[in-house]
Amino acid sequence: MTQTMLNLHEMEISFGPQHPSTHGVLRVMVKIDGERIVDAKPIIGYLHRGTEKLFEAMNYPQCVPHTDRMDYVASATNNQGFVGAVEKLLGITDQIPRRAKLIRVMLAELQRISSHLLWLATHAIDLGAMTPFFYTFRERELILDLFEDYCGARLTLNCMRIGGQQDDINAAWIQKLNDFLGIFDAALDEYESLLTMNRIWRKRTVGIGVITPEDAIDWGLTGPPLRGSGVEWDIRRAFPYEVYSELKFEIPIGRNGDTYDRYLCRMEEMRQSKKILEQCITMIADTKEGDLKAKVSRVIRPPEGEAYFSVECPKGELGYYIISDGKNQNAYRCHVRPPSFVNLSALPDLVKGHLVADMVAVIGTIDIVLGEVDR
Amino acid sequence: MGLMENRFEPNVLTTSVDKIFNWARKSSIWPMQFGLACCAIEMMAVLDPRYDMARFGAEVFRATPRQADLMIVAGTVTEKMAPIVKRLWDQMPEPKWVLAMGSCATCGGPYDTYAVTQGVDRVIPVDVYVPGCPPRPEALLWGLMELQKKIDKMHVIRKGGAAYDFARQQLAPSERPAHTGPALRAEQAAQLAAGSSDEKTEA
Amino acid sequence: MADEQEQKPAAKPAPAPAAPPAKTKDEVLADLIVAPVTAAMPGAFLHAKEQFGEISLYVSPESIVDVCRAFKAHGFTYLVDLCGSDYSTFPAHAGERFCVNYLLYSFKQNVRIRLKVFIADGVSVPSVTGVWKTANWHERETFDMYGIPFTGHPMLERILMWEGFNGYPLRKDFPIRGIDTGARIYPEVFPPGGGPKPGSTGKAHGDVNIWDGPAIPYGRSPKGEVPEAKQVEAPQGSDEGKADA
Repeated sequence: MTQTMLNLHEMEISFGPQHPSTHGVLRVMVKIDGERIVDAKPIIGYLHRGTEKLFEAMNYPQCVPHTDRMDYVASATNNQGFVGAVEKLLGITDQIPRRAKLIRVMLAELQRISSHLLWLATHAIDLGAMTPFFYTFRERELILDLFEDYCGARLTLNCMRIGGQQDDINAAWIQKLNDFLGIFDAALDEYESLLTMNRIWRKRTVGIGVITPEDAIDWGLTGPPLRGSGVEWDIRRAFPYEVYSELKFEIPIGRNGDTYDRYLCRMEEMRQSKKILEQCITMIADTKEGDLKAKVSRVIRPPEGEAYFSVECPKGELGYYIISDGKNQNAYRCHVRPPSFVNLSALPDLVKGHLVADMVAVIGTIDIVLGEVDR
Repeated sequence: MGLMENRFEPNVLTTSVDKIFNWARKSSIWPMQFGLACCAIEMMAVLDPRYDMARFGAEVFRATPRQADLMIVAGTVTEKMAPIVKRLWDQMPEPKWVLAMGSCATCGGPYDTYAVTQGVDRVIPVDVYVPGCPPRPEALLWGLMELQKKIDKMHVIRKGGAAYDFARQQLAPSERPAHTGPALRAEQAAQLAAGSSDEKTEA
Repeated sequence: MADEQEQKPAAKPAPAPAAPPAKTKDEVLADLIVAPVTAAMPGAFLHAKEQFGEISLYVSPESIVDVCRAFKAHGFTYLVDLCGSDYSTFPAHAGERFCVNYLLYSFKQNVRIRLKVFIADGVSVPSVTGVWKTANWHERETFDMYGIPFTGHPMLERILMWEGFNGYPLRKDFPIRGIDTGARIYPEVFPPGGGPKPGSTGKAHGDVNIWDGPAIPYGRSPKGEVPEAKQVEAPQGSDEGKADA
């Protein structure tokens, strides 16, 4: 049979923007040949809200709640990046009290655990495993309870301020945190028992979405996609901020750069976050209660200059590049370097040659949040 | 349904039938998965074991609009996304409802910018608005229960469908027009042009 | 509370040590981190600054690709960020209007540097997609937001805004509420006679009509008043002072 009779053309289908597995409004134009993906072109911008333009119109403290809503799954690290960048511009990074730094680290690590739990829930449910969703959200609700006790909000926290923290933690909060950490190891073991040695899970994730370390660096990947390929790089080690230089934790790296390795990296990262939290609880007992803010004037007007500050958010390196003109109370230019945007740009390389069903696995393993991709 | 439509005067012996239809409809609302932004995470939290939307019969989130009753617009609707929202709403079969969750879907939220539609009710009609940024899962459940109360008031055996009934109930009985659609709107326009001092009684 | 004015002199913290004097251009160019490249191509670097521990090198547009290749060969294998900025309302800025900022990172030296390329409106910059693959999407976003064209880019299209969007949003003269609403480009969404009113941004309440015919609030207002359609002129200047809570 000739080609014209069989009509063997490539088909182009639109994957999204409304799709249960795209983690938001992502559209991927996929060219397929039968079941094999020949090319994939992500189309984004369906959640572009003009955040960077808003940053130029509001003064610095007003920007902090807007940073929450970019990576809405992990808002504490968004806040941390922005206030860290402004503090770098103001030159007060060394004057932040230790207690405030410890509280920030605790919130960030709790947020890392919460984000990874949500990642696990959605990734598993995309690949057909619905049980981890209910199990992980059970633990995630405990973390959200902790956040609610601290700052009043569950999801978009707005918990950090330029110069320190505004709320303090007390013994009851620490007790609740300890209770959570007590059950967390067993909970993680429960999730691993469901998935890690599961034959179906391994068949769907081993060897899928492989990327070499050199390609990963060239594509600018950060976070678990980079570490899953074997590059041991974490902002908390490379450019330590807050109290990370004093904390003992390991950075999990993978070997093969496939989806299964990234899954294992994230599971181990949750265990390391638990270790960090335990260390912070002992360290915070030595600090003075109430000592939470550096001397910052009410009107925040950084001198002229530009600074880039990045934090290790659960998705990768989240950076804030702020240009200040020295005269106004609002940023002249505030650019956000979103890890999900950069990680997603590598999608065509990751899915070429795979089956259509693997597209879902790859999107899940990159762990994108469209609020951050589009800002 | 086609056989029974419009054959009955209002309030005649259809109340028990209404009750059964409404009870069936409100107890098994099938939402469509339409999480756009942060509110989607709270919508997922409503499904989790603590807030459990399954006890309302609504845990079956359909991926396709063709099988869904309720579109929960959870998150910011951008101008790029608005026509797609409209297309999805068009693809939903009647009876359908829309719940605007969060302040972005209600009124644009904190984003009064070039790229955000100021409220999803600019493109599709909304039944229930749930304010919040993001609304707590309890607030979304409240919105769902308000929608259930609204469904209770439906008269299924009536021309015009759900939206028509709700609008009709706001006008006094003497004011209820006998027809609907473009003819009605032309009549209203003529009335307004003639004299806007006509006091319409408020429901 | 952190109010400087109300502090007693005794309670004030020790004043921060005086900042060291800013380095001159040649001192920065001679810094060991960048010296191998700056020594090899002296003509490409127009200026250099160091601030908050970060080195910024001002590069001429023609030589940006060569400079990037040299830095990549020298260990800066990782392009962290590529973004644009509009200096048109920056106080006391003497150079061209737009600037493209490249942030590079070297794994071996664990250090970041910034390259800045200043260009005028309409002038294009050579693309560095051939040097780092990640520059692809970053350059598309810079083009989308500022209108800076990149020559040699494999697919220079708008990425965040839709095709046919009017204007470049992050420019300082683009109003925050927009010029016209994008719904205008999707006429099939609205019935004939409906849609955003011409000349409006579509953002104010009376600007959009989703029914056909004049805007009549059906069943909502007891008097059935038609809201006054405000004639919105094209806004003058940007809405910078607008503080959003």
